[in-house]
Amino acid sequence: MKQFGYSINPDRQIDYDLTDKSLLSFIVSFEPSLLSCISCGTCTATCTAGHFTDFNIRRVHTLLRRGEITTLKKEIQKCMLCGKCQLACPAGVNLRNLIRSIHVAVEKFNV
Amino acid sequence: MGKSVIIIGGGIAGMEAAARIAAMGKEVILLEKSDQLGGHLRKWDRLFPTRRKSDEVFEYLSNGLNDKVTIRLNIKINKIKKDDRHFFVILEDGESLKSDALLLTTGYDLFEAGKKEEYGYGIYDNVITSADLEAMFRNSAEIKTSGNQKPRRVGFVHCVGSRDEKAGHLYCSKVCCVTGVKQAIEIKEKQPDTEIFCFYMDLRMFDRYFEDLYYEAQQKWGIQFIRGRLSESCENPDHSILVKVEDTLTGRPLKMTVDLLVLLSGFVPSSDTNKLADMLGLLPGSDGFLTPVDEHFRTNETQVDGLFLAGTVKGPATIENTITDARSAAISIIKYLEK
Ligand code: SF4
Ligand code: SF4
Ligand code: SF4
Repeated sequence: MKQFGYSINPDRQIDYDLTDKSLLSFIVSFEPSLLSCISCGTCTATCTAGHFTDFNIRRVHTLLRRGEITTLKKEIQKCMLCGKCQLACPAGVNLRNLIRSIHVAVEKFNV
Repeated sequence: MGKSVIIIGGGIAGMEAAARIAAMGKEVILLEKSDQLGGHLRKWDRLFPTRRKSDEVFEYLSNGLNDKVTIRLNIKINKIKKDDRHFFVILEDGESLKSDALLLTTGYDLFEAGKKEEYGYGIYDNVITSADLEAMFRNSAEIKTSGNQKPRRVGFVHCVGSRDEKAGHLYCSKVCCVTGVKQAIEIKEKQPDTEIFCFYMDLRMFDRYFEDLYYEAQQKWGIQFIRGRLSESCENPDHSILVKVEDTLTGRPLKMTVDLLVLLSGFVPSSDTNKLADMLGLLPGSDGFLTPVDEHFRTNETQVDGLFLAGTVKGPATIENTITDARSAAISIIKYLEK
Protein backbone atom coordinates (compact mmCIF):
# COMPACT_ATOMS: atom_id res chain seq x y z
CA MET A 1 0.00 0.00 0.00
CA LYS A 2 1.19 3.46 -0.77
CA GLN A 3 2.41 5.28 2.33
CA PHE A 4 1.44 8.95 2.42
CA GLY A 5 3.69 11.23 4.40
CA TYR A 6 1.10 12.16 7.00
CA SER A 7 2.09 12.64 10.60
CA ILE A 8 0.69 14.39 13.64
CA ASN A 9 2.63 17.30 15.04
CA PRO A 10 2.70 17.75 18.79
CA ASP A 11 0.75 20.88 19.84
CA ARG A 12 3.13 23.81 20.33
CA GLN A 13 0.51 25.76 22.20
CA ILE A 14 1.04 26.48 25.87
CA ASP A 15 -2.12 25.36 27.64
CA TYR A 16 -1.84 27.43 30.78
CA ASP A 17 -4.71 25.56 32.45
CA LEU A 18 -2.72 22.33 32.32
CA THR A 19 0.91 23.35 32.87
CA ASP A 20 2.53 22.66 36.22
CA LYS A 21 3.15 25.70 38.41
CA SER A 22 4.30 23.92 41.58
CA LEU A 23 7.95 24.32 40.63
CA LEU A 24 7.36 27.99 39.98
CA SER A 25 5.77 28.60 43.39
CA PHE A 26 8.68 26.85 45.05
CA ILE A 27 11.22 28.97 43.17
CA VAL A 28 9.37 32.23 43.74
CA SER A 29 9.30 31.52 47.46
CA PHE A 30 13.13 31.35 47.33
CA GLU A 31 13.59 34.22 44.94
CA PRO A 32 10.52 36.52 44.80
CA SER A 33 12.45 39.10 42.79
CA LEU A 34 11.63 37.02 39.70
CA LEU A 35 8.19 38.64 39.86
CA SER A 36 9.72 42.05 39.10
CA CYS A 37 11.09 40.96 35.72
CA ILE A 38 10.07 43.36 32.96
CA SER A 39 11.14 41.01 30.15
CA CYS A 40 13.66 43.45 28.76
CA GLY A 41 16.19 40.81 27.64
CA THR A 42 19.24 42.53 29.12
CA CYS A 43 20.18 39.31 30.92
CA THR A 44 20.16 37.35 27.66
CA ALA A 45 22.09 40.02 25.80
CA THR A 46 24.88 40.10 28.33
CA CYS A 47 25.06 36.35 28.96
CA THR A 48 28.34 34.81 27.82
CA ALA A 49 26.82 31.34 27.62
CA GLY A 50 24.12 32.76 25.38
CA HIS A 51 26.73 34.11 22.97
CA PHE A 52 28.05 30.64 22.19
CA THR A 53 24.96 28.45 22.61
CA ASP A 54 21.24 28.83 22.08
CA PHE A 55 20.85 29.39 25.83
CA ASN A 56 18.43 32.23 26.50
CA ILE A 57 18.07 32.89 30.22
CA ARG A 58 15.19 35.33 29.74
CA ARG A 59 13.22 32.80 27.73
CA VAL A 60 14.05 30.05 30.22
CA HIS A 61 12.58 31.94 33.16
CA THR A 62 9.64 33.23 31.11
CA LEU A 63 8.75 29.64 30.15
CA LEU A 64 9.11 28.66 33.79
CA ARG A 65 6.55 31.32 34.67
CA ARG A 66 4.11 29.76 32.22
CA GLY A 67 4.66 26.37 33.84
CA GLU A 68 6.60 25.04 30.84
CA ILE A 69 9.35 23.04 32.54
CA THR A 70 10.13 20.11 30.26
CA THR A 71 13.41 21.56 29.00
CA LEU A 72 14.28 23.46 32.18
CA LYS A 73 16.77 21.01 33.66
CA LYS A 74 18.70 20.65 30.40
CA GLU A 75 18.70 24.38 29.69
CA ILE A 76 19.83 25.53 33.10
CA GLN A 77 23.00 23.38 32.89
CA LYS A 78 24.30 25.77 30.26
CA CYS A 79 24.65 28.60 32.78
CA MET A 80 28.01 28.96 34.47
CA LEU A 81 26.73 31.21 37.27
CA CYS A 82 29.05 34.06 36.37
CA GLY A 83 26.44 36.61 37.49
CA LYS A 84 26.86 39.08 34.64
CA CYS A 85 23.13 39.01 33.92
CA GLN A 86 22.36 40.01 37.49
CA LEU A 87 24.73 42.98 37.35
CA ALA A 88 22.92 44.25 34.26
CA CYS A 89 19.29 43.54 35.19
CA PRO A 90 17.37 46.84 35.54
CA ALA A 91 14.60 45.31 37.64
CA GLY A 92 16.75 43.99 40.47
CA VAL A 93 16.11 40.32 39.72
CA ASN A 94 18.58 38.25 41.70
CA LEU A 95 19.36 35.99 38.74
CA ARG A 96 22.16 33.97 40.29
CA ASN A 97 20.05 32.97 43.22
CA LEU A 98 17.17 32.36 40.83
CA ILE A 99 19.29 29.98 38.81
CA ARG A 100 20.54 28.25 41.95
CA SER A 101 16.94 27.87 43.12
CA ILE A 102 16.06 26.35 39.76
CA HIS A 103 18.86 23.80 40.24
CA VAL A 104 17.52 22.93 43.68
CA ALA A 105 13.94 22.79 42.41
CA VAL A 106 14.58 20.49 39.44
CA GLU A 107 16.26 18.02 41.79
CA LYS A 108 13.54 18.28 44.44
CA PHE A 109 10.66 17.92 41.97
CA ASN A 110 12.62 15.50 39.85
CA VAL A 111 11.75 17.06 36.49
CA MET B 1 -21.97 94.75 29.96
CA GLY B 2 -19.10 92.49 31.05
CA LYS B 3 -17.68 89.97 28.65
CA SER B 4 -19.00 86.42 28.78
CA VAL B 5 -17.95 82.93 27.79
CA ILE B 6 -20.03 79.90 26.83
CA ILE B 7 -18.50 76.54 27.67
CA ILE B 8 -19.96 73.48 25.96
CA GLY B 9 -19.41 70.32 27.97
CA GLY B 10 -19.65 70.09 31.77
CA GLY B 11 -17.03 67.43 32.37
CA ILE B 12 -13.71 67.94 34.11
CA ALA B 13 -12.28 70.42 31.58
CA GLY B 14 -15.52 72.42 31.35
CA MET B 15 -15.91 72.67 35.11
CA GLU B 16 -12.31 73.69 35.79
CA ALA B 17 -12.22 76.23 32.96
CA ALA B 18 -15.55 77.69 34.15
CA ALA B 19 -14.19 78.03 37.67
CA ARG B 20 -10.99 79.75 36.54
CA ILE B 21 -12.68 82.14 34.12
CA ALA B 22 -15.35 83.03 36.70
CA ALA B 23 -12.64 83.60 39.31
CA MET B 24 -11.23 86.26 37.00
CA GLY B 25 -14.58 88.06 36.96
CA LYS B 26 -16.14 86.98 33.69
CA GLU B 27 -19.64 85.58 33.24
CA VAL B 28 -19.71 81.93 32.23
CA ILE B 29 -22.56 79.83 30.89
CA LEU B 30 -21.73 76.14 31.30
CA LEU B 31 -23.79 73.90 29.02
CA GLU B 32 -24.14 70.18 29.70
CA LYS B 33 -26.14 67.65 27.70
CA SER B 34 -26.81 65.23 30.56
CA ASP B 35 -28.56 65.85 33.85
CA GLN B 36 -25.37 66.20 35.89
CA LEU B 37 -21.91 67.76 35.72
CA GLY B 38 -18.67 65.79 35.93
CA GLY B 39 -18.81 63.66 32.77
CA HIS B 40 -16.84 60.43 32.91
CA LEU B 41 -15.41 61.39 36.31
CA ARG B 42 -18.70 60.36 37.96
CA LYS B 43 -18.25 56.79 36.76
CA TRP B 44 -14.89 56.31 38.48
CA ASP B 45 -14.44 54.97 41.98
CA ARG B 46 -10.77 55.62 42.70
CA LEU B 47 -8.33 57.37 40.38
CA PHE B 48 -4.87 56.31 39.24
CA PRO B 49 -2.13 56.63 40.34
CA THR B 50 -3.03 58.26 43.68
CA ARG B 51 -6.06 56.04 44.40
CA ARG B 52 -7.93 59.17 45.42
CA LYS B 53 -11.73 58.89 45.42
CA SER B 54 -13.08 60.49 42.24
CA ASP B 55 -15.78 62.17 44.33
CA GLU B 56 -13.10 64.32 45.99
CA VAL B 57 -12.04 65.68 42.61
CA PHE B 58 -15.67 66.26 41.69
CA GLU B 59 -16.19 68.16 44.93
CA TYR B 60 -13.12 70.32 44.25
CA LEU B 61 -14.36 71.10 40.73
CA SER B 62 -17.89 71.85 41.98
CA ASN B 63 -16.60 74.19 44.69
CA GLY B 64 -14.95 76.30 42.01
CA LEU B 65 -18.25 77.16 40.37
CA ASN B 66 -19.18 80.51 41.92
CA ASP B 67 -22.23 82.71 41.23
CA LYS B 68 -20.68 83.99 37.99
CA VAL B 69 -21.24 80.55 36.49
CA THR B 70 -24.70 79.72 35.15
CA ILE B 71 -25.08 75.96 34.87
CA ARG B 72 -27.52 74.68 32.27
CA LEU B 73 -28.18 70.94 32.27
CA ASN B 74 -30.03 68.72 29.77
CA ILE B 75 -29.05 71.03 26.93
CA LYS B 76 -29.35 70.15 23.27
CA ILE B 77 -27.66 72.45 20.80
CA ASN B 78 -29.29 73.02 17.46
CA LYS B 79 -26.94 75.44 15.81
CA ILE B 80 -23.98 77.73 16.49
CA LYS B 81 -23.58 81.03 14.64
CA LYS B 82 -20.89 83.65 14.78
CA ASP B 83 -20.67 87.28 13.65
CA ASP B 84 -17.39 89.24 13.92
CA ARG B 85 -17.75 89.73 17.65
CA HIS B 86 -20.14 87.22 19.15
CA PHE B 87 -21.10 83.59 19.22
CA PHE B 88 -24.77 82.59 19.24
CA VAL B 89 -25.56 79.14 20.55
CA ILE B 90 -29.10 78.22 19.56
CA LEU B 91 -30.74 75.53 21.64
CA GLU B 92 -33.30 72.99 20.53
CA ASP B 93 -36.22 74.98 21.95
CA GLY B 94 -35.12 78.05 19.97
CA GLU B 95 -33.47 79.93 22.87
CA SER B 96 -30.38 81.81 21.75
CA LEU B 97 -27.39 82.29 24.06
CA LYS B 98 -24.80 84.95 23.26
CA SER B 99 -21.14 85.17 24.28
CA ASP B 100 -17.82 86.79 23.39
CA ALA B 101 -15.87 83.54 23.42
CA LEU B 102 -16.70 79.87 23.12
CA LEU B 103 -14.88 76.94 24.69
CA LEU B 104 -15.42 73.35 23.55
CA THR B 105 -14.89 70.77 26.28
CA THR B 106 -16.98 67.99 24.83
CA GLY B 107 -14.49 65.27 25.69
CA TYR B 108 -14.45 61.70 24.44
CA ASP B 109 -16.61 58.60 24.22
CA LEU B 110 -15.42 55.16 25.22
CA PHE B 111 -14.79 52.84 22.29
CA GLU B 112 -17.78 50.51 21.92
CA ALA B 113 -16.17 47.23 22.90
CA GLY B 114 -18.82 45.20 21.06
CA LYS B 115 -17.26 46.33 17.80
CA LYS B 116 -14.34 43.99 18.50
CA GLU B 117 -16.67 41.07 18.01
CA GLU B 118 -13.93 38.48 18.41
CA TYR B 119 -13.56 39.47 22.08
CA GLY B 120 -17.20 38.65 22.75
CA TYR B 121 -18.46 41.74 24.58
CA GLY B 122 -22.24 41.71 24.52
CA ILE B 123 -22.12 38.06 23.42
CA TYR B 124 -20.52 36.29 26.38
CA ASP B 125 -21.77 37.19 29.86
CA ASN B 126 -18.33 37.17 31.47
CA VAL B 127 -16.70 39.65 29.12
CA ILE B 128 -16.99 43.15 30.59
CA THR B 129 -15.31 46.53 30.04
CA SER B 130 -13.10 48.48 32.42
CA ALA B 131 -16.02 50.89 32.83
CA ASP B 132 -18.30 48.03 33.92
CA LEU B 133 -15.66 46.91 36.41
CA GLU B 134 -15.23 50.45 37.74
CA ALA B 135 -19.00 50.58 38.31
CA MET B 136 -18.66 47.44 40.49
CA PHE B 137 -15.92 49.17 42.51
CA ARG B 138 -18.08 52.27 42.83
CA ASN B 139 -20.98 50.23 44.20
CA SER B 140 -18.53 48.59 46.62
CA ALA B 141 -19.75 45.33 45.20
CA GLU B 142 -17.86 42.08 45.34
CA ILE B 143 -16.36 41.25 41.99
CA LYS B 144 -18.45 38.38 40.68
CA THR B 145 -18.98 36.50 37.48
CA SER B 146 -22.33 36.36 35.73
CA GLY B 147 -22.96 33.12 37.62
CA ASN B 148 -22.55 35.05 40.91
CA GLN B 149 -19.26 33.36 41.78
CA LYS B 150 -16.01 34.99 42.82
CA PRO B 151 -13.74 34.71 39.78
CA ARG B 152 -10.66 32.57 40.36
CA ARG B 153 -8.86 34.03 37.39
CA VAL B 154 -9.35 37.41 35.68
CA GLY B 155 -7.83 38.57 32.40
CA PHE B 156 -7.35 42.16 31.29
CA VAL B 157 -7.10 42.92 27.58
CA HIS B 158 -5.13 46.05 26.72
CA CYS B 159 -5.61 48.25 23.64
CA VAL B 160 -9.26 47.42 22.92
CA GLY B 161 -10.19 49.73 20.07
CA SER B 162 -6.81 51.48 20.22
CA ARG B 163 -3.65 50.87 18.18
CA ASP B 164 -5.85 48.93 15.85
CA GLU B 165 -6.28 49.70 12.20
CA LYS B 166 -9.23 47.29 12.09
CA ALA B 167 -11.02 49.39 14.70
CA GLY B 168 -10.09 52.54 12.78
CA HIS B 169 -7.98 53.93 15.62
CA LEU B 170 -4.24 53.82 15.19
CA TYR B 171 -3.49 55.98 18.19
CA CYS B 172 -2.77 54.92 21.77
CA SER B 173 -5.42 55.91 24.31
CA LYS B 174 -2.70 56.56 26.89
CA VAL B 175 -4.55 55.85 30.12
CA CYS B 176 -5.92 52.33 29.64
CA CYS B 177 -2.64 50.62 30.59
CA VAL B 178 -2.53 52.32 33.96
CA THR B 179 -6.29 51.89 34.42
CA GLY B 180 -5.89 48.15 33.93
CA VAL B 181 -3.02 47.94 36.39
CA LYS B 182 -4.93 50.01 38.96
CA GLN B 183 -8.01 47.83 38.60
CA ALA B 184 -5.98 44.63 38.75
CA ILE B 185 -4.48 45.77 42.07
CA GLU B 186 -7.93 46.69 43.36
CA ILE B 187 -9.29 43.23 42.59
CA LYS B 188 -6.33 41.71 44.46
CA GLU B 189 -6.97 43.98 47.45
CA LYS B 190 -10.63 42.97 47.59
CA GLN B 191 -10.21 39.31 46.65
CA PRO B 192 -6.56 38.31 47.13
CA ASP B 193 -7.06 34.74 45.94
CA THR B 194 -7.77 35.89 42.40
CA GLU B 195 -5.11 35.18 39.77
CA ILE B 196 -4.72 38.08 37.35
CA PHE B 197 -3.23 38.26 33.88
CA CYS B 198 -2.81 41.34 31.71
CA PHE B 199 -2.48 40.78 27.97
CA TYR B 200 -0.59 43.72 26.53
CA MET B 201 1.42 44.77 23.47
CA ASP B 202 3.44 47.50 25.20
CA LEU B 203 2.90 48.77 28.67
CA ARG B 204 2.71 52.51 28.40
CA MET B 205 3.22 53.61 31.98
CA PHE B 206 4.31 57.06 30.88
CA ASP B 207 3.38 59.37 33.69
CA ARG B 208 4.72 60.02 37.13
CA TYR B 209 4.23 57.10 39.56
CA PHE B 210 2.70 54.87 36.88
CA GLU B 211 5.77 52.64 36.75
CA ASP B 212 5.60 52.30 40.53
CA LEU B 213 2.08 50.98 40.16
CA TYR B 214 3.30 48.42 37.63
CA TYR B 215 6.10 47.40 40.00
CA GLU B 216 3.63 47.07 42.87
CA ALA B 217 1.31 45.00 40.69
CA GLN B 218 4.09 42.52 39.91
CA GLN B 219 6.08 42.44 43.13
CA LYS B 220 3.40 42.85 45.78
CA TRP B 221 0.39 41.26 44.10
CA GLY B 222 1.92 38.76 41.67
CA ILE B 223 -0.14 40.10 38.78
CA GLN B 224 1.22 38.58 35.58
CA PHE B 225 1.81 40.31 32.30
CA ILE B 226 1.74 38.34 29.08
CA ARG B 227 2.93 40.14 26.00
CA GLY B 228 0.63 39.48 23.10
CA ARG B 229 -2.57 40.81 21.67
CA LEU B 230 -5.63 38.69 22.27
CA SER B 231 -6.65 37.09 19.02
CA GLU B 232 -10.00 35.76 20.14
CA SER B 233 -12.01 34.56 23.07
CA CYS B 234 -14.71 31.92 23.25
CA GLU B 235 -17.11 30.78 25.89
CA ASN B 236 -16.79 27.42 27.66
CA PRO B 237 -19.96 25.46 28.57
CA ASP B 238 -19.61 26.73 32.17
CA HIS B 239 -19.55 30.35 30.87
CA SER B 240 -15.88 30.86 31.66
CA ILE B 241 -13.87 32.37 28.81
CA LEU B 242 -11.08 30.74 26.84
CA VAL B 243 -8.57 33.28 25.54
CA LYS B 244 -6.00 32.78 22.84
CA VAL B 245 -2.90 34.86 22.48
CA GLU B 246 0.65 34.56 21.27
CA ASP B 247 2.97 34.67 24.24
CA THR B 248 5.43 36.64 22.15
CA LEU B 249 8.14 36.45 24.82
CA THR B 250 8.32 32.68 24.55
CA GLY B 251 7.34 32.62 20.89
CA ARG B 252 4.55 30.15 21.56
CA PRO B 253 0.78 30.31 21.16
CA LEU B 254 -0.93 30.23 24.56
CA LYS B 255 -4.46 29.56 25.72
CA MET B 256 -5.99 29.84 29.14
CA THR B 257 -9.34 29.95 30.83
CA VAL B 258 -10.41 33.02 32.76
CA ASP B 259 -13.61 33.45 34.74
CA LEU B 260 -13.90 37.12 33.88
CA LEU B 261 -12.37 39.03 30.99
CA VAL B 262 -12.03 42.82 31.26
CA LEU B 263 -11.63 44.84 28.07
CA LEU B 264 -9.68 48.09 28.43
CA SER B 265 -11.71 50.19 26.01
CA GLY B 266 -9.96 53.21 24.56
CA PHE B 267 -10.97 56.79 23.81
CA VAL B 268 -12.75 57.87 20.66
CA PRO B 269 -13.74 61.43 19.72
CA SER B 270 -17.19 62.06 21.18
CA SER B 271 -20.12 62.08 18.79
CA ASP B 272 -21.07 65.56 20.05
CA THR B 273 -17.60 66.86 19.31
CA ASN B 274 -17.92 65.68 15.74
CA LYS B 275 -21.30 67.43 15.32
CA LEU B 276 -20.08 70.70 16.83
CA ALA B 277 -16.86 70.63 14.82
CA ASP B 278 -18.97 70.35 11.69
CA MET B 279 -21.10 73.33 12.71
CA LEU B 280 -18.02 75.41 13.47
CA GLY B 281 -15.99 74.34 10.46
CA LEU B 282 -13.18 72.79 12.53
CA LEU B 283 -11.06 70.13 10.87
CA PRO B 284 -10.08 67.20 13.07
CA GLY B 285 -6.57 65.71 13.11
CA SER B 286 -5.78 62.37 11.48
CA ASP B 287 -6.96 60.62 14.66
CA GLY B 288 -10.36 62.34 14.60
CA PHE B 289 -9.73 64.52 17.66
CA LEU B 290 -9.71 68.31 17.37
CA THR B 291 -6.47 70.16 16.95
CA PRO B 292 -5.34 73.55 18.26
CA VAL B 293 -3.62 76.09 16.02
CA ASP B 294 -0.19 75.15 17.33
CA GLU B 295 0.71 72.11 19.42
CA HIS B 296 3.40 73.96 21.36
CA PHE B 297 2.58 77.63 21.50
CA ARG B 298 -1.17 78.03 21.06
CA THR B 299 -2.48 74.85 22.58
CA ASN B 300 -6.07 75.98 23.23
CA GLU B 301 -6.78 78.24 20.26
CA THR B 302 -8.46 77.24 17.02
CA GLN B 303 -8.55 78.68 13.50
CA VAL B 304 -11.81 80.40 14.51
CA ASP B 305 -11.22 83.65 16.40
CA GLY B 306 -12.64 83.39 19.93
CA LEU B 307 -13.16 79.63 19.78
CA PHE B 308 -11.09 77.53 22.17
CA LEU B 309 -10.54 73.87 23.02
CA ALA B 310 -9.65 72.14 26.27
CA GLY B 311 -9.32 68.62 27.59
CA THR B 312 -9.90 65.31 25.86
CA VAL B 313 -11.65 66.92 22.92
CA LYS B 314 -8.00 67.11 21.74
CA GLY B 315 -7.22 63.46 22.40
CA PRO B 316 -6.67 61.02 25.25
CA ALA B 317 -5.40 62.61 28.46
CA THR B 318 -5.19 61.96 32.19
CA ILE B 319 -7.39 63.83 34.63
CA GLU B 320 -4.40 65.83 35.89
CA ASN B 321 -3.51 66.90 32.36
CA THR B 322 -7.14 67.75 31.61
CA ILE B 323 -7.36 70.00 34.65
CA THR B 324 -4.09 71.72 33.76
CA ASP B 325 -5.19 72.17 30.17
CA ALA B 326 -8.48 73.73 31.31
CA ARG B 327 -6.51 76.28 33.37
CA SER B 328 -4.37 77.05 30.38
CA ALA B 329 -7.49 77.55 28.25
CA ALA B 330 -8.89 79.92 30.88
CA ILE B 331 -5.75 82.07 30.67
CA SER B 332 -5.91 82.18 26.86
CA ILE B 333 -9.59 83.11 26.95
CA ILE B 334 -9.10 85.91 29.49
CA LYS B 335 -6.27 87.28 27.36
CA TYR B 336 -8.54 87.15 24.31
CA LEU B 337 -11.41 88.91 26.10
CA GLU B 338 -9.16 91.71 27.32
CA LYS B 339 -7.66 92.34 23.93
S1 SF4 C 1 24.98 33.77 35.40
FE1 SF4 C 1 24.38 32.28 33.82
S2 SF4 C 1 22.67 33.26 32.79
FE2 SF4 C 1 23.72 34.89 33.93
S3 SF4 C 1 25.17 35.76 32.48
FE3 SF4 C 1 26.27 34.16 33.58
S4 SF4 C 1 26.02 32.34 32.32
FE4 SF4 C 1 24.50 33.79 31.62
S1 SF4 D 1 17.48 41.61 32.71
FE1 SF4 D 1 16.13 41.39 34.49
S2 SF4 D 1 14.24 42.41 33.90
FE2 SF4 D 1 15.39 42.10 32.03
S3 SF4 D 1 14.59 40.15 31.25
FE3 SF4 D 1 16.39 39.67 32.48
S4 SF4 D 1 15.58 39.22 34.51
FE4 SF4 D 1 13.96 40.26 33.39
S1 SF4 E 1 -2.45 53.03 27.05
FE1 SF4 E 1 -1.82 50.92 26.89
S2 SF4 E 1 -3.76 49.80 26.64
FE2 SF4 E 1 -4.18 51.93 26.15
S3 SF4 E 1 -3.94 52.05 23.95
FE3 SF4 E 1 -1.99 52.68 24.87
S4 SF4 E 1 -0.77 50.83 24.95
FE4 SF4 E 1 -2.91 50.22 24.60
